[in-house]
Amino acid sequence: MRKPYQLHVNGQTLDVLDPVPGESLMTVLRERLGLRGTKTACSEGECGSCSVLVDGELMCSCLVMAAAVTDRAITTVEGLGDDGISDIQRAFVECGAVQCGFCTPGLIVAAHALLDRHPDATTDTVREELAGNLCRCTGYGRIIDAIHSVAIARRGGRP
Amino acid sequence: MLVSSPRSLEEALAALGDGSCRPLAGGTDLMVAVNHGHPMTSDVVSLDRVDEIRGLTLDGDVVRIGGAATWTLIADEPVRSTVPALAQAARTVGSPQIRNAGTIGGNIATASPAGDSLGVLAALDATVEVRSASRTRLMAIPDVIIGPKVTSLEADELIVAVHVPVVRGWQSYAKVGVRNAMVIATVGVATVVNEEARSVSFGLTSVGPTPLRCPDAEVAACEAFWTLDGTPRTPTARDIGHIAELVMEGAQPIDDHRSSVEYRRHSVGVLAARHLRTAARTLREQ
Repeated sequence: MRKPYQLHVNGQTLDVLDPVPGESLMTVLRERLGLRGTKTACSEGECGSCSVLVDGELMCSCLVMAAAVTDRAITTVEGLGDDGISDIQRAFVECGAVQCGFCTPGLIVAAHALLDRHPDATTDTVREELAGNLCRCTGYGRIIDAIHSVAIARRGGRP
Repeated sequence: MLVSSPRSLEEALAALGDGSCRPLAGGTDLMVAVNHGHPMTSDVVSLDRVDEIRGLTLDGDVVRIGGAATWTLIADEPVRSTVPALAQAARTVGSPQIRNAGTIGGNIATASPAGDSLGVLAALDATVEVRSASRTRLMAIPDVIIGPKVTSLEADELIVAVHVPVVRGWQSYAKVGVRNAMVIATVGVATVVNEEARSVSFGLTSVGPTPLRCPDAEVAACEAFWTLDGTPRTPTARDIGHIAELVMEGAQPIDDHRSSVEYRRHSVGVLAARHLRTAARTLREQ
């Protein structure tokens, strides 16, 4: 039975017209709603490439059943910046925190959740909080630099 | 196949009443199966909105943790200062994403031999509150988890809470895995030194079909931490070596894709000895 439902994504209410029963939020975002910033890799919660915010909480969208979050506010990487690009996205560009780019959307979303929860994050906190996002290119150094630079800028330059 | 999101426990239990629906908590096990080609055929009752079982309360000397409380919640206060071993276990689960989703009830109901909370709950003699629309059962961990990924729960039953005693003394959970984060336990050891009851307990994860206790080691540890008249004493290095040997004997590890019998048995001894040394030092300094 393919019962249509609605999702609230990035401030918009969107119709999911032909869902497959039980399918993940990741699949619905990409295949039904065309929001392909959310990436598919492991489909088992290991890699973090599909990270989104559900009511502000960081989740692997591959582990969320889409039909169970019809009344939640979902934020994908496409919906983070007020004017198209967020301070964290800009910092990733400026610090060279991107190599192949596949993990980047998930890391950007995770970094937003991280700094919302820990505005005073130390390097250790950043490392622990990013444990669910795998990057096979960068070695993480510049990613951590980028997040640090945003944390400092948001504190008005206080290191 | 339908997905319902009840707003109360009563509604959730009613929805599970005929035994044909699957409860969905964090999805960290169920959705992996769906993604890997096992589409849901039964109706799903999502516990996402059942607030009554998503929180936790500290009531005197028991922490009552809702069945759908997440690891993120459990890793924080008040559990961190009242049941530190459980908060430590919670912090070792997966990643922030997984800890925001996964629940303690899901850990118990999945009954994986590697479930991080299970050894801790066994060592603390936690009680699992199981309810259906018509009855409530209070069960010990070994009565719920009866085999690898096998529980004694009925299809209409839900884990609504876990009652965890607050113990005065020392406790910790230690885990061995291939990396620091995002790892399933190769070995887990929970140790609880209960100063009030003058008892010591060990709960082992990932070295048996179910979470294991170690009765022989517990008796020996009790004798090492207290004299016969109940006076506290500090275990000697020799005591600790002997107790760790008994914990190793209590383990029932297997060879599998994650590790070997020898490595697992050895690690259990290392972790137990480390715990006992830290416990002895901490209690002596108090």
